[in-house]
Amino acid sequence: MKPPRLSYARPESLDDALSLAARYGADAKLLAGGQSLVPMLNLRLADPGILIDLNRLSSLSGIRRENGSLRIGALTRHRELELSAEAAAAEPMLKRAAREIGHLAIRNRGTVGGSIAHADPSAEWPLLAVALDAKLGLRSQRKSRTVPAREFFAGPFTTCAEPDEILTEIDFPLATSGGGFGFQELCRRPGDFAIVAVACRLDLENGRCTAARIAVGGAGPTPLHLPAVEAIVKGSRGENDAINEAAAAASRAVDPASDLHGSADYRRRMVAVLARRALSEAFTNASPS
Amino acid sequence: MNEPLSRLTIRLSINGRKVEREVSARVTLADFIRDDLGLCATRLGCEHGVCGACTIIMDGVSVRSCLLLAVQADGAEIRTVEGLAEAGAMSAVQRAFRDHHALQCGFCTSGFLMTATELFERDAAADESEIRHALSGNLCRCTGYANIVDAVAALLGRES
Repeated sequence: MKPPRLSYARPESLDDALSLAARYGADAKLLAGGQSLVPMLNLRLADPGILIDLNRLSSLSGIRRENGSLRIGALTRHRELELSAEAAAAEPMLKRAAREIGHLAIRNRGTVGGSIAHADPSAEWPLLAVALDAKLGLRSQRKSRTVPAREFFAGPFTTCAEPDEILTEIDFPLATSGGGFGFQELCRRPGDFAIVAVACRLDLENGRCTAARIAVGGAGPTPLHLPAVEAIVKGSRGENDAINEAAAAASRAVDPASDLHGSADYRRRMVAVLARRALSEAFTNASPS
Repeated sequence: MNEPLSRLTIRLSINGRKVEREVSARVTLADFIRDDLGLCATRLGCEHGVCGACTIIMDGVSVRSCLLLAVQADGAEIRTVEGLAEAGAMSAVQRAFRDHHALQCGFCTSGFLMTATELFERDAAADESEIRHALSGNLCRCTGYANIVDAVAALLGRES
């Protein structure tokens, strides 16, 4: 239960961090909040040899509203997002989901970018990034690029980031006025990873859904965007038939695996239950347009 | 510091005392506090961030000391349970735990005290549900939760 032998570098600037990532790439791991990586070191599930600690890169931390999106520095702690009035005003689902992440001491340390780069298929930020169609900023010495979250996740704990790239920013679109969101998570105890979670945001005009975004976590190798469900919800007013049909479609769209926390069949059923609840919640909590 | 090193010299403040030590990069902050600094009241339970026994306060907020490397605490201000009492008198949080019998075997108590201290100092308006939410990251295998919640609720002036 102790980390393996390793070497540690602590760059003071993004340029230095990018240079280290270019030099050591696949032999190194980037260390952000460490709330997933350090347990993996302690359990010897990871043995990277070199750690590049990003925690001194203050330029990667912070929340600001700019050009129609909420730009969150990758090193922003979960707790900062949970307490940020700016974030809550821009997209209230962020605050709602942040509370579900681990526990207070974990949220004080863990980072938004670290969680997304770690790509746990049950984690909250990957789910919200996919549901809300966030854009991810990646930097290396070679180039800067922006990747839609819906294309970023390649599998469990696997992303399309190259070994020399650093995730620097997550841009969430601002919630439109008159819309509503639903966030539902099933776990055995507060703070545990979700067995299944559903996040949705609806744009509404006079009670009718004009645009829908929905994704499910914990029910596949990555968070899954569910366009078939969106098509059913769009145009509806949240009638029971539409919501039940959408929930059934969500359940059909996933192909979860069985594990210690729940069988595939249980997860599929729970996707329907949580999708129904999340959609009802989104129609109910919509702000007046 | 742009070269990966396996041993480093770190300087930090622990319970108001400045220390400087050379450490191996792989050593966790929890082991550093216990083994190098001899402050053994910070407990190690699960060593992967689940149980909360190793909770300390670093730069004003509670963190799991088993999920940090000692080298990451370079320059930090750290408080452990040994630093709660002032001039031999228990802190308000410690007194509340004593008054409400909020400990049994005591193994988890250091972690609970540090979480409760953060709550007391930074979020004193928390209601009972928020208190339970904040404490949910600390496990007590004697299952003495009721008295722990009572202690913190009384400390914050809430009924529970």
